[in-house]
Amino acid sequence: MIALADVHKAFGSKQVLRGLTLQVAKGESCVIIGGSGTGKSVCLKCILGLVTPDRGTITVDGRSVTEGDRDAFLSRFGMLFQGGALFDSMSVWQNVAFRLMRGAQKRPKAQAREIAVEKLRRVGLTPDVADLYPSELSGGMQKRVGLARAIAAEPEIIFFDEPTTGLDPIMAGVINDLIREIVTEMGATAVTITHDMSSVRAIADKVAMLHAGKIRWHGPVGEIDTAEDPYLRQFVTGSADGPIEAVR
Amino acid sequence: MSPVLVPLAILGRSTLSLLASIGSVAIYTGRAVSHVLRPPFYPRELLWQLLHIGWLSLPVVGLTALFTGGALALQIYAGGSRFNAEAVVPQIVAIGIVRELGPVLGGLMVAGRVAAAIAAEIGTMKVTEQIDALVTLSTNPLKYLTVPRILAATLSLPVLVAVGDAIGIFGGYLVSTTRLGFNEAAYLQNTADFLEAWDVTSGLIKGAVFGFLVALMGCYHGMNSGRGAQGVGRATTNAVVSASILILASNYLLTELFFTA
Repeated sequence: MIALADVHKAFGSKQVLRGLTLQVAKGESCVIIGGSGTGKSVCLKCILGLVTPDRGTITVDGRSVTEGDRDAFLSRFGMLFQGGALFDSMSVWQNVAFRLMRGAQKRPKAQAREIAVEKLRRVGLTPDVADLYPSELSGGMQKRVGLARAIAAEPEIIFFDEPTTGLDPIMAGVINDLIREIVTEMGATAVTITHDMSSVRAIADKVAMLHAGKIRWHGPVGEIDTAEDPYLRQFVTGSADGPIEAVR
Repeated sequence: MSPVLVPLAILGRSTLSLLASIGSVAIYTGRAVSHVLRPPFYPRELLWQLLHIGWLSLPVVGLTALFTGGALALQIYAGGSRFNAEAVVPQIVAIGIVRELGPVLGGLMVAGRVAAAIAAEIGTMKVTEQIDALVTLSTNPLKYLTVPRILAATLSLPVLVAVGDAIGIFGGYLVSTTRLGFNEAAYLQNTADFLEAWDVTSGLIKGAVFGFLVALMGCYHGMNSGRGAQGVGRATTNAVVSASILILASNYLLTELFFTA
């Protein structure tokens, strides 16, 4: 289980997280929604240790994320970044197999490539893509390669940072379905951050809405259309009128 | 705040900012150096950087040395003729190139080419979250990106300086024998007789120090790059400017240390 308790984080004078408390159960797919700049990405980065919180505790299976062997801790995670974050200087298969060619999970090159090609196939990409470079791929293909990299080492926990941003609705649907399938198939715990309500409905078991650095509402995905919280209602309906200010 | 205190406040802020930057560079340097001898090592990355930093800098360093050697010969001849000392051209070209111009100009040319490239590459990686991706893939960016670049630059600059020394002396020889009427064999003999091993070695040590500084500044400014194209552009400029200034400052200090101590 991932548990965040009273997490605060500020960048200079800008307070981003103001007492964030959230729990994600093992095997659950939690989607965090919220407006731009509400601290969704910072929340994921705090869990991974990329950003250190000013206050509060973050634990994974009861152990603080700041304790113990960092490599072993990070090897439990996979992450799909918003822009893909693929390494430009490496071919697609080398990107996917990055973790499999270094460190504790290192294996022979041929085997790593074989796994990479299999993961690429899993996300709907043909083996001939393996030897291309990221700059030769479309945005949707880059997202899928990023997804293949995130699942290459079969992590227990996968983070998806705005997986459908910048994609056309059909490609967004493909990515949403892939994420749902992979999470179910692998039995992984997933945390996704998104603005896209179609992604929320496709991916989530549980939804948490972040507003002003705190969880404003959380509950099962089936309740987002009937919940009476005015902030959630405004976000779900995409209305300019409501308690969330349009100009932030 | 009283208007009288405004200049003091500006001075104070600038001083604190400068001290913070020096501290930040010192901490980064310490961390980078401490990782050089600790596994994991990335030999493929090191070889790749040796190719990029060393081998691909050869043309620019070679051409700089060739023209500098030629111009130096002309200047020494013209200056020497004022007190009938034209004959010292081979000796002064040789000592000027191997002790000073070879390492300094080679270092500055590599700073322009390599520090900028490193800062732009790492800065772009930071802006596009590739550095964060490395961390999530259990890879320390300092080990994977900084250490191979610093090692490659520190190892390849002395080699580049040695090649530059030879080409620079050859440039002087070419101009002296074709334009100034020096005898070929006598020129080479005078050069070889005059140069001491320490003249060459001191230049190579300077090259290693300059290589370290070039890669360090490229990596530091890349890792601390701001967001967007402007942030990466500023990091690139800062890397070249700071590497160049550090090369010139450390050259003075090393010259004091080597030749006046």
